[in-house]
Amino acid sequence: MSTLAGSTPGGGNLPGRSVAGPGDGLAPISLAGRARFAMSDAWTLALRVLLYYRHSPGLIVASLAAPLAMLVVFGYIFGSAMRVPGEAGYRDYLMPGLFTLIAVNGIMPSMTGAARDVGRGVTDRLRTLPISRSAALFGQTVADLAVSAVVLALLLGMGLALGWRAHDGLASAAAAVALLLLFRFVTNWIGIGLGLVIGREDTAAQLSVLVFPLAMVTNVFVPTGGMPGWLRVIADWNPISAVAAAARDLFGNEVPSTSAVAWPLEHPVAATLAWSALLLAVFVPLAVRAFTTHGR
Amino acid sequence: MSHSPDHPAIEVHGVHKRFGATTALRGLDLAVSAGTVCGLLGPNGAGKTTATRILATLTRPDAGRAQVAGFDVVSQPDEVRRRIGFAGQHAAVEEGITGRDNLYLIGRLHHLGARRARRRADELLERFGLHDAADRLVRGYSGGMRRRLDLIASLVIRPAVLFLDEPTTGLDPRSRGDIWEIVRELVADGTTVLLTTQYLDEADRLADDIAVLDHGRLIASGPPEALKAAIGTRVEVTLADTAQLPTAAAVLAALTGGEPTRDEAERRVGAVSVPGRPVALPRLIRDLDASGVQAQDVALGHPSLDDVFLALTGRAATDEPTTGLAPAVTP
Repeated sequence: MSTLAGSTPGGGNLPGRSVAGPGDGLAPISLAGRARFAMSDAWTLALRVLLYYRHSPGLIVASLAAPLAMLVVFGYIFGSAMRVPGEAGYRDYLMPGLFTLIAVNGIMPSMTGAARDVGRGVTDRLRTLPISRSAALFGQTVADLAVSAVVLALLLGMGLALGWRAHDGLASAAAAVALLLLFRFVTNWIGIGLGLVIGREDTAAQLSVLVFPLAMVTNVFVPTGGMPGWLRVIADWNPISAVAAAARDLFGNEVPSTSAVAWPLEHPVAATLAWSALLLAVFVPLAVRAFTTHGR
Repeated sequence: MSHSPDHPAIEVHGVHKRFGATTALRGLDLAVSAGTVCGLLGPNGAGKTTATRILATLTRPDAGRAQVAGFDVVSQPDEVRRRIGFAGQHAAVEEGITGRDNLYLIGRLHHLGARRARRRADELLERFGLHDAADRLVRGYSGGMRRRLDLIASLVIRPAVLFLDEPTTGLDPRSRGDIWEIVRELVADGTTVLLTTQYLDEADRLADDIAVLDHGRLIASGPPEALKAAIGTRVEVTLADTAQLPTAAAVLAALTGGEPTRDEAERRVGAVSVPGRPVALPRLIRDLDASGVQAQDVALGHPSLDDVFLALTGRAATDEPTTGLAPAVTP
C-alpha cells in the first residue's frame, strides 16, 4: 500500500494508531497503484449501495409493486377482454414486457438517488476524496444492477408460478435475461446522469412521472400494429419496444405480426444492442462529467 | 514540493471566480500558516464558500493560483485530496447505512486497507462519543449527531488541512461546543483549519487569524485582537431616561469621533472610537455628568467582531446582539 504508509506513533489527543499524522509520509502513486485504487473505489461505492439495500430490503420488494400492479391491471382486467394474434395468450405476451419494465422503472430510483446525493452534499464529499470518478460511478451502477437482478429473478419466478413459460430453451432464455440486465445497466446510467445534472431530489421525483408515458408508448402492453400511424412510429422506435421485443423473441413469446414490422422490431436483439451502445455512449460521459464538474 | 511547517498550509494568490453573471471572487489573496486556525468571515455572498470549495478542489478558479499543503489545487488535485478533510454545510452522510459503515467507506475511499479503515472508524466513534450509536442507521441520528459524524468523516485520514464550511450553523449550543472542542484538539495535533462562519463569536473563540471577505476580496486579516484594536474602543451607556438619549449620543460622538447607535427599547447608546483615539473611563463619566446625563450603566471594552465588521464594510454582519463587552462601572 503506497498511501499513508509508515504511520508514526500518534501524538496529541487524537486517536492516531491506525493512520499517520497530518499529511506526512505520502508517497506518489504509481500507475499500477492507480489502477488498483480505481478497482477498490468501484468496489467501495458498490458496497455503499449493497449496504443500503441490506438495511432496506423492503425497497427490493417495493420495486416489484409497479410490475405486479400492471400484471393485475393488464394481465387480468384488460387482458380478460384482449386477444393477441397467434397461439399464445395475452399474459404470455405481457410477461416479457413487465420484465422490461423492471429496467425502465429503474431510471426513477437511480435519478432521485443521484439528485439526493448532490442535494445533501454527499457528491461533494466524494469529490474531495482521492477517488477515480468513473470508477466510483461504475461501482454504483454495477451494484444497482446486482440488486435489479434479484428483482428480475423474483418477477421471473412469479411469472413461472402464474403459468408463463419460456419456450426456446435455457440458452435463449439466459440471453433474454442478459439483454434485460444490459438494458437495466443502461437505464441506470441514464438515471444517474440525469439525477446529477438535475441536482435536486424534489425536481427529480417530479420528473420521474415522465417515465410512465415513456413506458406506455411501446409494445410493452399491446402490439404496436393497432396504434395510429404517428404513435406507432414513436412506439416502434422507442428503445423500450426493442428490448421487450427482444425478450419475447428469446423467451419464445413473440406473436405473429398482422402488418409490416419496423426494423427495430424485426431485428430486436440487434436493435437492443445498438440502442444500448448509443445510450451508454451519451449518458456515461454525461454522468461522469456531471459528477466531476458539479458546481465547478 | 511537499508540505513543511515553514510553508503556509494554504496560499491563495489573485483568485477570480465567476458563476455566470455573478462574480464570487475578485482577486482573493490569502495565506494560512500550518497548524493554525483561520476564520473566514463575511456576509452571505462574500465568497467564503466559493473560496473554500476552490481550496477543497471542488471548484476551479478562473484565474489566480491556490496551493494547499504544498500542492496546486488545479494541477495536482489528487495530491491535495489525499491531505485534506472537508465538511460542508450539509451533513453529507449516507442516511440509509450505519454511522460505522459511513466512516469505514470513507476510509476505504482514502485507500486505507480494510482492517485499518475498520479500526480507524472504531477509534473515531469511540473518541467522539458516537460509539453507542455506531451500529444504528444514520437516519435515526439527531441533527447534532449527524453533523458530528459528518465532521468525523472528514478526519478519517487525520488531514493536514481541514476545511469547515459553517460547521455549527443551526446547531444547539452544546453541539457547537462539542465541535469547537474537536477543532481545538485537531489543531493541537498539527492540523491546519480553515473555517468559514457567520458566528462572530465562533471565529473569535477558535481562530488564530481572521480573514474578512467582502465582495470576493480580502478586506482585512490578522489575529482577532489586532483587528479589534485597530478600530478602537467600544463604549456603551445605559440611561435612566429615554429622553436623554440624544444628549448622551452627542457626548459619545464628541468623545469617540464615532457614530453612536441608539437603542430606544434598552435605553442604550453605544459608539466605537475611531482608531488612535483612546477613551478613558473617568473622562467619559465626567463628560456625561457635565451634560446632566444620568447613566445607569457604563461599559467600556474591546469592540466585538460585529463592530470590526461594521467598521470595515459599513454593514452589520449578523442580526445578533453584540457581545464581548466587559462591564466597567455601575454608578
